[in-house]
Amino acid sequence: MNDQLGDSIEGGGITKNLSRRTFVKIGVLAGTGLTLGVSYRVIKGPGDPPTDAAFAPSAFLRIDVDGSITVMVAKSEMGQGVATALPQLVAEELHVPLSQVSFEFAPAHPAYGTAMGGIQLTGGSTSIRDSWWPLREAGAKARWMLREAAAQRWKIAPDKVQMYEGKAVHPDGSKLTYAQLASAAALMDVPKDVPLRDPADFQVIGMPAPRLDVPAKTTGEAIFGMDAGPTGTRVALVARSPVFGGVLRAFDSTAALSVNGVDEVVELESGIAVIADGYVAAQEGRGLLTVEWEDDGEWSTLDDAEIVDRLQEAANQDGATVREEGDIDSVLSLDGEQIRAAYTLPYLAHATMEPMNCTAWVRNGQCTVWAPTQFQNGPGLVGGGARQVAAKAAGVSPDNTVVHTTFLGGGFGRRAEQDFVREAAELAGKVDGPVKVIWAREDDIQHDFYRPASYHECSAILGVDGMPEAWRHRIASQSILQRMVPSWVPDFATNWAGSSDPTSTEGAQDQPYHIPNILVTYSKVDLPVPVGFWRSVGHTQNAFVVESFIDELAHVAGQDPYEYRRELLEEHPRHRAVLDVVAKASEWASPVPGGRARGIAVAESFGSFVAEVAEVSIENGQLRVHKVWCAIDCGMVVNPAIVRAQMESGIVYGLTAAFYGRINIQGGRVVQSNFHDYQMLRMRDAPDVEVILIPSQEAPGGVGEPGTPPIAPAVTNALFSLTGQRIRELPIQIA
Amino acid sequence: MVKFTLNGEPQELNVPSANPLLWVLRESLELTGTKFGCGIGQCGACMVLVNGQPTRSCQMPISAAEGSEVITIEGLSEKGTHPVQEAWVEEQVPQCGYCQSGQIVSAAALLAANPNPTDEDIDVAMSGNVCRCGTYPAIRRAIHRAVGIQEKLASTGDDAGGEE
Repeated sequence: MNDQLGDSIEGGGITKNLSRRTFVKIGVLAGTGLTLGVSYRVIKGPGDPPTDAAFAPSAFLRIDVDGSITVMVAKSEMGQGVATALPQLVAEELHVPLSQVSFEFAPAHPAYGTAMGGIQLTGGSTSIRDSWWPLREAGAKARWMLREAAAQRWKIAPDKVQMYEGKAVHPDGSKLTYAQLASAAALMDVPKDVPLRDPADFQVIGMPAPRLDVPAKTTGEAIFGMDAGPTGTRVALVARSPVFGGVLRAFDSTAALSVNGVDEVVELESGIAVIADGYVAAQEGRGLLTVEWEDDGEWSTLDDAEIVDRLQEAANQDGATVREEGDIDSVLSLDGEQIRAAYTLPYLAHATMEPMNCTAWVRNGQCTVWAPTQFQNGPGLVGGGARQVAAKAAGVSPDNTVVHTTFLGGGFGRRAEQDFVREAAELAGKVDGPVKVIWAREDDIQHDFYRPASYHECSAILGVDGMPEAWRHRIASQSILQRMVPSWVPDFATNWAGSSDPTSTEGAQDQPYHIPNILVTYSKVDLPVPVGFWRSVGHTQNAFVVESFIDELAHVAGQDPYEYRRELLEEHPRHRAVLDVVAKASEWASPVPGGRARGIAVAESFGSFVAEVAEVSIENGQLRVHKVWCAIDCGMVVNPAIVRAQMESGIVYGLTAAFYGRINIQGGRVVQSNFHDYQMLRMRDAPDVEVILIPSQEAPGGVGEPGTPPIAPAVTNALFSLTGQRIRELPIQIA
Repeated sequence: MVKFTLNGEPQELNVPSANPLLWVLRESLELTGTKFGCGIGQCGACMVLVNGQPTRSCQMPISAAEGSEVITIEGLSEKGTHPVQEAWVEEQVPQCGYCQSGQIVSAAALLAANPNPTDEDIDVAMSGNVCRCGTYPAIRRAIHRAVGIQEKLASTGDDAGGEE
């Protein structure tokens, strides 16, 4: 069974001890113990037995003869806690405490393709949902085999053997450790179906277990992409066209090459790489390049005003219908006061704390990359995962390409793109020795795949009772998926109307309020700004629009914004429950301290339901968010401490965007360049956050993203309540 | 040639005098716990202690470190037992973790200068450190917790912090 990963996989360690000099020496499957194959499963619901989607034997779990239990984490750890939560799933079914389990990041391999029809990707808040069945089964099957081995050793029936805390226990009280049983268990056939633990009996799942990666992240030992790679790795910075779509015409590297430490200048598809013995020399050398870009094309004069014009124009036309109920046209044409509002949202950069980087080494027809990537393996989506992208760029076969995933210094969707891997692999294919391409912060901000800018036209008519009779929402933005291969998801091509994009309309087309006549349309706008997935994707804009507009309607109707929503959510008990809980926690109905006001918002995204209340004031002309209450129903919880942390995280991420987030375009290029002009929320602006988890037996939902969508509207609704200023454009500007 | 003390060990290095301390630490000395975040002194990921003062190592030319005592995250304690590090583990602060070396160094400097900081003191001392994962509420809790750990150590006279 060990052969399945035997194709020159080299281990990527999690700490300094397993890194750098020793990086290339350690074999992942060095042990001779038990490696267990599991199949890809699709999670449907709690009582829904998993079905074989595509049988793909893999290796998520290893028990070595020394007793060490290692879970291969095939999801990228970018702060969201997978390196702890996924081992919890295995430990639960293996009947061992989490403290007996360690983890390694899995190599890029089809065996780990649990996402979206068989690819190895971390995104869409899917890690727990993808892993819930396969990892529990891996643990359960291993436990079953270990029990069989113990039963054979003792010559008793397997059901007489109790499995407890990493040991098999004989009815007479004698014990065998998993270490003692591992070699015998490895000879067993893997059972096809084994019973999983009843959630009522969970011991490890549902516990706020300490994160396995935290100690290494408090001592400087955790290895990120920036820290990885063999000794002797050279550093490269790349000069890229500042104007979207600019093409290299000519360059002069004489001055760059004269810099002490610079030793090569290499032309790449994306620009010109300056290779040096360190970052400082590479940066200085790049600064001395003389480059002529062919960048005077159609888009070279693009600016914010033109972008907004194009979006507005598109929003005012009939787009693709993505939801239609009732008869919106006749209702909107009736006499009666039509309520209208338009909302404008900007491009946003991801600004992960760790700028983009990748290390690659091509030798003897083999390519090895060390990458902080969210997408390791799987053809189809924008040229594939890191493995496919690196192979193509380096000119070797994917079978001869090895991807070591490091810790990620933030992801937020940015690292689902593999442009930084492509550059490093292409460069490594052209030079000798390992090379690390580092993006300066300026490169990172100016060459991102941005959250699309969007424009929204909303109209509504209220009935005599004040409740909405008609709701029309017209959305205009660039399409993220247009850039991607339509065959990404097997049924995507057929579901995609050609002119729509679910990642632009999610949160709008499925808005939950009971309104008899609804029309949601989408107008795709073609612009050259690269757009991509940004933490919670379409929900970032549509939750802001839907939750602002419903708030506007409540105020026009003269009703309490919480009660108004509540009444419209009769058919959506999980929405209603989080609203009720957050209203109670924040004492919504009670008076607000002087000079402050509260706002509320609710959104479902990525399988979870989140409601938030923000309490705000104006101090010295500045908006201040004092406190945020957050109620989440994410179904069954694997690690409540991590869920709470992710809610705090998503809230701060969304607040940063609401306060400061805006990428401006001028002359076909990005204006902002670093944290001085693309500002981040800091300690003094961070609110208190109180998170309430709703107990639930529903199937697990995501948690990495769902905390973000409701926060901007909760804050702007609070601001309206405080001052009467309705914010219809982000970032917030106080009048 | 520049001479300074790094985590208690004397160093003599022959590197260009204008090179920032950050890159000397990361590349010449292979101490990668100190991180590169922005290169312009805006984010604090590269924070180290220079003669006890929190210092952005991306902004300090190595020549300016001459004769000084530099402590990085690796040298804050021998086994990760500085009160701030312990509090960080107890409060489970890190998420992605990339900014945390800098956060911990800033917090250690704060507590060295001000053993019982108020929330306002924390705002001032920590606002030079950016965290994109939004661990600010957890950092605030951890600093308050570190105060207790530090006081307990002081009262038992046990110097487990290991700071030189």
